[in-house]
Amino acid sequence: MSGAAQERVVASAPGASAIAETWLWIAQRASAALLALCVLVHLVTIIYAVRHGLSGEAILARTRGNAAALAFYAAYVLAIAVHAPIGLRTLCQEWLGWRSASLNWLVAAIAVALFAFGLRAGWAVFVAPA
Amino acid sequence: MKNDLRARNHPSWWAFLVHRLSGLALSLFLPFHFWALGQAFQGEARLDTLLRWTEQPLVKFAEVLLIVLLAAHLSGGLRLLALEFLPWRGWQKSLLAWAAGLALAAGLAFALAL
Repeated sequence: MSGAAQERVVASAPGASAIAETWLWIAQRASAALLALCVLVHLVTIIYAVRHGLSGEAILARTRGNAAALAFYAAYVLAIAVHAPIGLRTLCQEWLGWRSASLNWLVAAIAVALFAFGLRAGWAVFVAPA
Repeated sequence: MKNDLRARNHPSWWAFLVHRLSGLALSLFLPFHFWALGQAFQGEARLDTLLRWTEQPLVKFAEVLLIVLLAAHLSGGLRLLALEFLPWRGWQKSLLAWAAGLALAAGLAFALAL
């Protein structure tokens, strides 16, 4: 391998990683912006719901067959599934020193699990029986 | 070591730590939250059973703590977005106090509504 080709190979790995890290940074901030709105709505709803008496009937009266609420939960869950795993990845890297590829696989699995489990929860309160 | 402690004993470092720890706690709570909501597949009565379980004082205390952590992560995150994306202005120095105040206010509003 020529000197220049070798240099390209060596240079490509950190370069590719830097692009991936940049996309993760953008995804973390974009999901944070969406979450800011979702969490604000969530907090206000929680306090309103608790003030007016929390019961299975009261919760499901708001969510059952409510397509707008389902769309809100879907967007909320998507933002969570992007935001939380990236945050956990940073935490594992900086506090545990875990920087191998296995961390990326675990984080991807957490993202998929959060998205699937979160959507399931949103669907449950949408179609819940009496 | 002394230098290290001096660098960390600063409001911004505590804000960083609160943001980290609240994010971790909320992430750990999410699977339980989703599981609890998923119980709605079994109907209202099942949700009422879960809600009765949350009547315990220790669970109520944990709920208030969770609300404070959620509000702290929100307000701390808004502070970070403002610092990163807005041009620097003097008022941004007081964002930390606003963030802490908002988190405590949310916790208090929730506790009073309980």
